[in-house]
Amino acid sequence: MQKKLILDSDLLDITISRLCQQLIENHDDFAETVIIGMQPRGIYLAELIRKNLEAITKKNIHLGYIDVTFHRDDFRRRETPVKANETRIPFVIEGKKVVLVDDVLFTGRTTRAALDAMISFGRPAKVELLVLIDRKYNRDLPIAADYVGKVVNTLSSQHVLVELEAQGHKQNRIWLINKD
Amino acid sequence: MSKLSQKHLLGIKNLTRQDIELIFETTDNFKEVINRPIKKVPSLRDITIANLFFENSTRTRLSFELAEKRLSADVINFSASTSSVKKGETLLDTVNNILAMKVDMVVMRHASPGAPHFLSRHINANIINAGDGTHEHPTQALLDTYSIREKLGEVAGKRVAIIGDILHSRVALSNIFALKKLGAEVMVCGPPTLLPKFIANLKVKVELNVLKALQWCDVANVLRIQLERQQIKYFPSLREYSLYYGINKQMLENLKKEIVIMHPGPINRGVELTSDAADSAHSIILDQVENGVAIRMAVMYLLAGVAGA
Repeated sequence: MQKKLILDSDLLDITISRLCQQLIENHDDFAETVIIGMQPRGIYLAELIRKNLEAITKKNIHLGYIDVTFHRDDFRRRETPVKANETRIPFVIEGKKVVLVDDVLFTGRTTRAALDAMISFGRPAKVELLVLIDRKYNRDLPIAADYVGKVVNTLSSQHVLVELEAQGHKQNRIWLINKD
Repeated sequence: MSKLSQKHLLGIKNLTRQDIELIFETTDNFKEVINRPIKKVPSLRDITIANLFFENSTRTRLSFELAEKRLSADVINFSASTSSVKKGETLLDTVNNILAMKVDMVVMRHASPGAPHFLSRHINANIINAGDGTHEHPTQALLDTYSIREKLGEVAGKRVAIIGDILHSRVALSNIFALKKLGAEVMVCGPPTLLPKFIANLKVKVELNVLKALQWCDVANVLRIQLERQQIKYFPSLREYSLYYGINKQMLENLKKEIVIMHPGPINRGVELTSDAADSAHSIILDQVENGVAIRMAVMYLLAGVAGA
């Protein structure tokens, strides 16, 4: 199994603060904006982004989690049903600007499911997508991210592994793995 | 693992502890779903489910139907009283005719114990037992134990007394299996004529005095006297039954401890439970009903979700 480091800890810090600055450019003090992390792995990145944003803006920013399991389009196409995670959106998204956050954008199917799931909670004024890694040339659906940490050219036989300290890893590192 | 060990839900007896825990975890997620502003998810949108009720039901049938609709399944309903069963069609023929219309899952209630087990040997669709005679009622036991877990944090180590007509109760049998698998202590309590002869083989405590049972337990699951299944007289009168085995608020207040009162419904107010006990703060009867929808969503999601099912 070959592993290639795409982002190390220092580069990741720089990338995250750049993403935060881009968000602030578009959302000012986040009075009308909420962040929703996508389960299971997007929530750690969302938490990181919120912490950074709160440090910069000195304001409380709403953060929720959304689980898309019951909205996926591959039900009954897998060997086993996908295990669901917690959804927690303790605020109203009706009329708000929503920033969806995930670690890796690959086929776009999870994002589609998240858009579907989110509508159950109300009608946001606007939805944007933030991803740390955008896997180019692998999209199955017409979905693009508004904020991208890093674009990576990958083959579908490869796999992007995100290791964050918040998930219990020693260091923040992102790898590209060949699954041969 | 996120897959059940079974293709059908015929009874709690066939489930493992891991199965029950997986169902509970999935139920947590569905409970959140049914409390959203929009309570529907598209998971089962290409699945057709037939609700075959060969015996009367209100709560279970509504709960299943609601669970199916919340999962976006297509639903067809059938009740024996208005069907060709009256004209002499066999169970297998009836079900095969329904399955010929491309049905993926069957929810069945039948007065004969073992009817869903029989069916499972002959058809391909997933079967969920919604009560077979005096045998099992697995989704009720799942929602009962889930409600205990929700109210008291966990089921293991808790003392649960099942009080009333144990002999005719499928709820009692399924509850005993579920509670034992989850590590609870179980006691049954009722008039000797309404306790099955070999109940001790299930490794449950037996108590004839309702006050002692209440003093022992953390949770009392009170059952209805099933007059419709009693061909002979098991006790002199309902009035006498309620005098010796009925539970009222005064009894609960005299216990000097908090216990939880459960009832699978329908309640015969004034017989097994007085109104002041059924509506007291001890009672989680309506929580059980809410959890019933989420439990049934979880069971259907997990059974239907296997590829090629």
